[in-house]
Amino acid sequence: MAQFLMIIVSAVFINNFVVVQFLGICPFLGVSKDTKSALGMGIAVTFVMTITCLITYPIYTYILVPLGIEFMEIIVFIFVIASIVQMIEMTLKRFTPSLYNAMGIYLPLITTNCAVLGVAELVIDAGQMASLIGIEASAMNMGFAVLYGLFAGVGFTVAIVIMSGMREKIARLPINKHLKGFPIAMIAACFIAMAFYVFTLI
Amino acid sequence: MKTNYKKIAADGVIKSNPTLKLVLGTCPTLALTTMAMNGIGMGAAVTFVLICSNVLVSLLRKVIPSQVRIPAFVLIIATFVTMTRLILDKLLPDLYESLGLYLPLIVVNCIILARAESFASKNGVLASAADGLFMGIGFTLALTVMGAFREILGSGAVFGVKLWDFQIAFFSSSAGAFFTYGIFIALFAFCESLISKKRKIKAYAELCAEKQKSDAQNIDSVAVVSESSSKEDK
Repeated sequence: MAQFLMIIVSAVFINNFVVVQFLGICPFLGVSKDTKSALGMGIAVTFVMTITCLITYPIYTYILVPLGIEFMEIIVFIFVIASIVQMIEMTLKRFTPSLYNAMGIYLPLITTNCAVLGVAELVIDAGQMASLIGIEASAMNMGFAVLYGLFAGVGFTVAIVIMSGMREKIARLPINKHLKGFPIAMIAACFIAMAFYVFTLI
Repeated sequence: MKTNYKKIAADGVIKSNPTLKLVLGTCPTLALTTMAMNGIGMGAAVTFVLICSNVLVSLLRKVIPSQVRIPAFVLIIATFVTMTRLILDKLLPDLYESLGLYLPLIVVNCIILARAESFASKNGVLASAADGLFMGIGFTLALTVMGAFREILGSGAVFGVKLWDFQIAFFSSSAGAFFTYGIFIALFAFCESLISKKRKIKAYAELCAEKQKSDAQNIDSVAVVSESSSKEDK
């Protein structure tokens, strides 16, 4: 139970994917103009990240490592992610058209989202995971990997929704024309990062 | 068609600088600008992958069907990233350690896919190689300058050489990364608008001067015509 809580706090707050580890910055800046689409993107990313961990972790541990071809991981992972995204898109379109309409436009963008490839690369690195979620490196297993994927996605959603709220307010302010757009969004992200910095002091 | 290399160079380094103008490849930019040296390392890795993938995409542009071009590009990029990773691991293990997770993430760096899609798949091999080189240089320069800025303010050093004991922890934290990046994009846009304003004023002044000249000539010719007509009258 304590480990479970530790994973949640670590993945969502202390090592937040966006503002602490700088993964998935492109959608964080690109799809955060209004709260509704930010939430849609966040949920889609969380979904894909969980399923990615569920598939890439066993592929790496039970196929690539025994065969001694760990260096193939990037090529294998990117193909797994692209096919997962494609499959999710087709499944949603076939069975739940309403969900597809809400989430569909974000799905193709997720293939080239570094948060997804980042989480796949991160969970196979037992040493790094051990320091991130406070377990023994040898105790790392598939359950932790999938949980970490899920809550890293939740952390992404939290950050992107906060960001979209700030940007909705910023859009109504008179801002110097050179600062408009990306620069002011970056400075807003700077304040979110400062807020998240407090969690590292725990 | 003759390729304009000067234009490619100007586009890559200044006019459409991938980091400061197009705001592509933000993840490594934010994460690795804590030190100037990281900027050069990451920049070199990205430039290498960019040149190789641009050349290969350009060579294969007539072979790859357009429906499957994106997966094909990603496969090409992933191959070169894997190569870069193995080479760095062997030759520069320190740099490999400090780039860490962001080295495999070059695969999903938008700059490389964007150049493959918008330039290399439409242009010849040499032009694509040049585009990769200069885009890479633009990326490296931006990362190195921002890295130096954050390193000087955040840890009082540049390229690992200690300058003074004064340091502001804010600039080496993640909040400082966002702040620095935002300020640099704004400064870049500001400088660009200043330069374009100056150019416009210069062009306007030239236009005015030309107009005055032509006006003066017109007046002269009118005077000549009137003189000659007055002569005819006599």
